[in-house]
Amino acid sequence: MESLIELRRVGKTFANGTQALAGMSLSIEQGEFVSLLGPSGCGKSTVLRMIAGLAEPSSGEIVGGAGKGARRDAHDIGFVFQEPTLMPWAPVLDNVMLPLKLKREPPGAAREQVGQALAMVGLEKFARSYPRELSGGMKMRVSIARALITRPKLLLMDEPFAALDEMTRLKLNDDLLRLWQEFGLTIVFVTHSVYESVYLSSRVVVMAARPGRVVADEKIDAPYPRDEEFRLSPAYAAACRRVSQALHGAAAPAEAM
Amino acid sequence: MRAQPKWVNVVVPLAIALAVLIGWEAWVRIAEIPAYVIPAPSLVWSTLISDWPTLWPSLLVTLKITFLSLLLAVAGGVALAFLFSLSPWVELSLVPFAVVLQVTPIIAIAPLILIYAPNTLTALLICAWIVAFFPILSNTTVGLRSVDRNLDDLFSLYGASRWQRLRFLLAPSALPYFLAGLKIAGGLSLIGTVVAEYAAGTSGKESGLAYRILEASFRLNTPRMFAALVLVALTGILIYFLFNGISRLLLRKWHESELDASR
Repeated sequence: MESLIELRRVGKTFANGTQALAGMSLSIEQGEFVSLLGPSGCGKSTVLRMIAGLAEPSSGEIVGGAGKGARRDAHDIGFVFQEPTLMPWAPVLDNVMLPLKLKREPPGAAREQVGQALAMVGLEKFARSYPRELSGGMKMRVSIARALITRPKLLLMDEPFAALDEMTRLKLNDDLLRLWQEFGLTIVFVTHSVYESVYLSSRVVVMAARPGRVVADEKIDAPYPRDEEFRLSPAYAAACRRVSQALHGAAAPAEAM
Repeated sequence: MRAQPKWVNVVVPLAIALAVLIGWEAWVRIAEIPAYVIPAPSLVWSTLISDWPTLWPSLLVTLKITFLSLLLAVAGGVALAFLFSLSPWVELSLVPFAVVLQVTPIIAIAPLILIYAPNTLTALLICAWIVAFFPILSNTTVGLRSVDRNLDDLFSLYGASRWQRLRFLLAPSALPYFLAGLKIAGGLSLIGTVVAEYAAGTSGKESGLAYRILEASFRLNTPRMFAALVLVALTGILIYFLFNGISRLLLRKWHESELDASR
């Protein structure tokens, strides 16, 4: 296995003096589905932003990210935010095409790619709709289609399903796993849900806050494809318990403060 | 309110307006009020027609100054707002001037402008511009600041150029705010023009509707004052509907402010 992204003792201190991250090391391999799980303020979103090159580490280095001096093209990275983050003034088609447009790709080829991307998320009939006409789950699908349109190797997702209802979330979880397998993606998925992280991931990295750091790194060995069967299995329950304990163990000292 | 058929929204205000006009006409006739105090609507109408050769050129002058000053206000306000969004230093140094211009009543500055401007037309334009440009500037500035942070990050992620960011992100984000400013500025540019015309008090070829009102008042020609007033009011209404229509046309597909209420 080849290491796609490597964080080497990465620290991040914000301008106001808050230490978001203290000497975090993490190696993410090609094809992994890694969840970053932790309480708010543990710096998990900051890690994503630094990998994407939207923020620079204060210390340490990130190998293979899109940050300063990186050779990696941003083409190789897709980013999905907690909010769908669509342009309200543009129909779905233009929203999904945005990355290609910013890269100045010829419109004809781009349009074809948009069609394929929308088909991937089951929204080919909604190319002409405006974001306000779509449900929360559909908007998130558009957001995922947009992130995948450049055929990235790495998909970064920052609590993408946190604002959705349970039914929609479960459905999108399965769709995401399908896309991950189909395209051989590497996914880094930020979440605060133990159950979601265990269901999706091949590996759960548990983080603690103040300062942000890694406290546990759990492999989830269950085979893919996973489905409802897995959710009801003892292996799932055991993994959830393990991850949950790591999370609470990490939270305890902070609560004692 | 309960849902009503659409024609009610048109017919009710029209009926009320008609009733008011009829009442006014009847009252003036029955009480035998002299025309130089309050002219009857019928007399205002006939004056409008008989004085049309005088009023029409004046209307054109007022319209010209109003729309020209509005155009300049849009250009200046938008350009300055973009400049502010690019450089906090420019904003810091220019905002005080903009505020001082805005809070000082135009009627108080107008005489000075009349002294310094090379000709009356320029003076009128400057006055109307000062009044109209502030809402454009402040609204567009707010709009440019209201860009979705995540969308902004997305543009960074895909390496958007400055121009792409301006064209595809900043401009559409600021559009609803700009249009709200335009609606206000449209009415204000007419007010600015009328006020400036009063202050200038010019006669001759370049005299607008306000000067006609002033002139008629000196001669106690009240029917003509009313006729000119009707034209000023109609101009204001025209501007209101024009910019409401533009705003609706541009935003109806996506912005909350212009969505169909029936939905």
